Amino acid sequence: MSQPFRTEKGGRIDRTGELTFTFDGEEMHGHAGDTLASALLANGVHLVGRSFKYHRPRGILSAGSEEPNALVGVYRKGDQTPNLRATQVELYHGLQAVSQNRFPSLGFDVGAVNDLLSPLFPAGFYYKTFMWPKSFWDRVYEPIIRAAAGLGKPPKNPDHDTYGNLYAHCDVLVAGSGPSGLAAALAAAETGARVILCDEQAEFGGSLLSENSATIDGKDPAIWVAEIVARLAAMDNVTLLPRTTAFGYFAHNFIALAERVTEHLSDPDPRLPRERLWQVRAKEVVIAAGAIERPMVFPENDRPGILLADAGRTYLNRYGVKVGHKVLVATACDTAWQAAFDLADHGVEVVAIADLRESPPESLVSIAAARGIRVEAGCVVTGTLGRKRVRAALLGRMMTSGQVAAGGQIECDALLMSGGWTPTVSLFSQSRGKVVWEAETGAFVPGKSVQKERSAGAANGLYGLQASLTDGYAAGEGAARAATGKSATINHSRTSGGEAGTGGTLGALPHDRNASRVKAFVDYQNDVTAKDVKLAVREGMQSIEHIKRYTTTGMATDQGRLSNMNALQIASGALEKPLTDVGLTTFRQPFTPTTFGLFAGVSRGDFFDPVRKTPSHDWVVEKGGLFEDVGQWKRAWYFPKNGEDMHAAVERECRTVRESVGLFDASTLGKIEVAGPDAAEFLERMYTNPWKKLAPGRCRYGLLLNDAGFITDDGVIGRLADDRFHVTTTTGGAPSVFATMEDYLQTEWPELDVWITSTTDQYAVAAIQGPKAREVIAPFIEGIDLSAEALPHMSVKEAMFRGIPCRLFRISFTGELGFEINVPRRHGKMMWETLAGEIEKHGGTAYGTEAMHVLRAEKGYIIIGQDTDGTVTPQDAGMSWAIGKNKFDFVGKRGLERPDLKAENRKQLVGLLTKDPKIKLEEGAQVTTLENPATGTPADGHVTSSYYSPALGRTIALAIVRNGHALEGKTLYVPMPEGSIPVEVTGTVFYDKEGARLNV
Amino acid sequence: MLLIYCPYCQIERAEIEFRCGGEAHIARPSDPEKATDDDWVEFLYMRSNTKGIAAERWRHIHGCGRFFNAVRDTVSDEFLKVYKTGEAKPDLEAIAREAGK
Repeated sequence: MSQPFRTEKGGRIDRTGELTFTFDGEEMHGHAGDTLASALLANGVHLVGRSFKYHRPRGILSAGSEEPNALVGVYRKGDQTPNLRATQVELYHGLQAVSQNRFPSLGFDVGAVNDLLSPLFPAGFYYKTFMWPKSFWDRVYEPIIRAAAGLGKPPKNPDHDTYGNLYAHCDVLVAGSGPSGLAAALAAAETGARVILCDEQAEFGGSLLSENSATIDGKDPAIWVAEIVARLAAMDNVTLLPRTTAFGYFAHNFIALAERVTEHLSDPDPRLPRERLWQVRAKEVVIAAGAIERPMVFPENDRPGILLADAGRTYLNRYGVKVGHKVLVATACDTAWQAAFDLADHGVEVVAIADLRESPPESLVSIAAARGIRVEAGCVVTGTLGRKRVRAALLGRMMTSGQVAAGGQIECDALLMSGGWTPTVSLFSQSRGKVVWEAETGAFVPGKSVQKERSAGAANGLYGLQASLTDGYAAGEGAARAATGKSATINHSRTSGGEAGTGGTLGALPHDRNASRVKAFVDYQNDVTAKDVKLAVREGMQSIEHIKRYTTTGMATDQGRLSNMNALQIASGALEKPLTDVGLTTFRQPFTPTTFGLFAGVSRGDFFDPVRKTPSHDWVVEKGGLFEDVGQWKRAWYFPKNGEDMHAAVERECRTVRESVGLFDASTLGKIEVAGPDAAEFLERMYTNPWKKLAPGRCRYGLLLNDAGFITDDGVIGRLADDRFHVTTTTGGAPSVFATMEDYLQTEWPELDVWITSTTDQYAVAAIQGPKAREVIAPFIEGIDLSAEALPHMSVKEAMFRGIPCRLFRISFTGELGFEINVPRRHGKMMWETLAGEIEKHGGTAYGTEAMHVLRAEKGYIIIGQDTDGTVTPQDAGMSWAIGKNKFDFVGKRGLERPDLKAENRKQLVGLLTKDPKIKLEEGAQVTTLENPATGTPADGHVTSSYYSPALGRTIALAIVRNGHALEGKTLYVPMPEGSIPVEVTGTVFYDKEGARLNV
Repeated sequence: MLLIYCPYCQIERAEIEFRCGGEAHIARPSDPEKATDDDWVEFLYMRSNTKGIAAERWRHIHGCGRFFNAVRDTVSDEFLKVYKTGEAKPDLEAIAREAGK
């Protein structure tokens, strides 16, 4: 049960009990309140992973979400989630974690040979290596790159977790709960504003949770935090969201939060989601994201045991963990000294404080002296020793010449480093704000706000406890006033200690080593060294954007929060340009890696896309019919009987319709009710056809163009009364036709007195087609005469179907006698079952979309979007007859007059009959005039529809062919891999050309 | 996701309720027969594709269903003005000046 690096007391962990967990199968112990990282460190484990490219042993570097090295896989419910940052994984009993990117084991990894071969893997290695020959791109190089890419292994099974989604509104959203965030949240909340406070960590308080050398209002900062959080929690207008990352700042103050709900629990309530996506619209945002410490770029700065100084302090004060027994502190700024002091106070041997500065503040030097800590000023770390754990550091003496003189070796089992602080401007940058360079602190800080946000505290470039609090109060008050107009006076807390300090360094540090032989890491996760950045500049990269992509610096999951400033400084030096001229890359969403599950939410499986079902759906399922997806609709495709294959079933369905009768569910067709005094005038302007003289009770086929002159939709339109039309559209075109009608009505012809209403979902439609159609429906229709004289082809009447009001159309999409009965949707199932029972008595059949397509093609009826493609005019389709000759205007009329649309040589719709009646052409196959055209010869058209026609006992096809109407009777070719297929050009109507079967 | 004010509903709603209808104030020639081919091509295809202050049509498709016009800064996504269909095109330059663009 030993945790050799645990302190005697202190920290925010619960020492009353122990939690058991495993890392790479080895059982270890920790406490509630630990992260996986702190628990590993308590057990003396620094080596937690292998680096991306060189497979170098890596340890825990930080204590926050910026962690680049300690990426682990965590097993849950039999599968693992890869690439979790150990610094963010809360410890629970039974946690199983594994290291990544190593084989066969973390301690012995064969990939580490890459480190020795590293001269072969310079920056731009991929671009230089995987170039030629071209034939290797997809067969050789891609598999190699894919195998080497990535750290963790993706889970094997479908995601077994669920994810929640919430929308929220607030006056003030505060992101971050350090001193400035808590002050801002309190100041805003006291005005009565609705406040959401979120923090990515499990506990609110940020840096205050590891601060024990300062006081607030005379209290321990952690106690102050508890009091403020309790005050906030008691307020109805405040929502507190710990474990919640504000990962995306979008337009108009739309902020996305990822709340981790159950992942920190050993045995979570199965009803709870793993994560919850909060989509927040905030009137004002306070970004209190703090700042993160910069690593120092010295050779071998990546060995396990080397951590950021503040992380070392956090592990000590917050988690009660000593990062080592003999610690070297290397720094360029004041704040790291406090880490040394705190460690010394816990009995850790601080072997030295090596400060880059020639004269660190006297006050710090005297405190160090009082604790007996050796201080080396003007001292730089020039390298480290130790493979799987640092065991010594090389020191160098900074000379006035700028050179470095060797300064000996110092033994240590941990090294804490600090190059200074970088404000976390990610959210500000996501809000489209531009950062500005502040020379005094050597940092980019938020500039002018673009959206309704303000940064506070360290994120705003203000360090020091009192400055952060003051800035936080002001930000909270200002945000609340801007959002609600209200303000309130609250007591501002006073602090002592927690000074900002001075100092800091950027870029690679000087050393006395052979520069070509050492690696000083800039971006740990992507294994980018100072050398790589310099090489990129030498090879011609000028812009930071190019350097970033060439070297991949800043492209890891922290988006360069740790590395950017150092990389910029190195690039600036190599380019001999001021740092501000090199530019900074833009931070993008998400702030930290975010699961796909969070974005998908409940939209998966059956909820991925809505399914629209017709009234016959259950009946089709019961009868063993197959479905076809048409947009969101499930349409019956065909009904195989007695082991029939598709071809046999469709042939039987087609024959039955032509010989007796068939029943088809046409409910998916779009339906629009057009009503009002100007209804006829409106349709006159929308459709090519004339409508004013259409008598009530009659129907007409309508063709819809766009104003360019191309066919966009069609459908039969029935006139129910002088001022009322029942318009049908194609299944897929219903929404767009309705939207187009609204557009013209509202914005071009607002003077027309017309209402249009989509009624697609209000009516169920059964099509009864075939010579016996009249006999089938007769027993159920009341109130009208169904005879050919009283109800001729292309007419519509209102009647009753078994006592239910219906609209009865006599129309046909098969070329047979046909009726389409529209009843209110709720009666659709009754109508379908009634008719399905009746057709059986007449030897009829239900038929699906496949037979429907064959039957319509036999008649040359086009399908919009299949036989047309958005460049086909009515003339091209052989439908000039549908154009009203004497109309003043209609949508597309002027477009049709354009020279190109009247030109010779347009592609036109024709029929094609293969010379061999058994060969069925491929839809989409190209049509040519030459039998064996040379490669590269443009085609003269393509096949749009192709079927076996039972009625003709042979195959038929429709095609769009250049100048096709003039080619009737001529032979063309459809070249295929198996040889060219000769075809004869025909008209588009293959069956019952006179239409005799319609008028019975 | 943008936040858009519908001048008919007189309420701010999320972008998901709306559809952008492209550039505003492209009038369909009232007597198409008299329009030249160039006029018609201009009407059909030519758009200013402004980077900056632009007048656009929007439809509150999942709300009242009405088309209206809005002046938006296409760089910042800021809405500077919304107005009903049929109202005159505002002075975009004046709006830009006022917004300090």
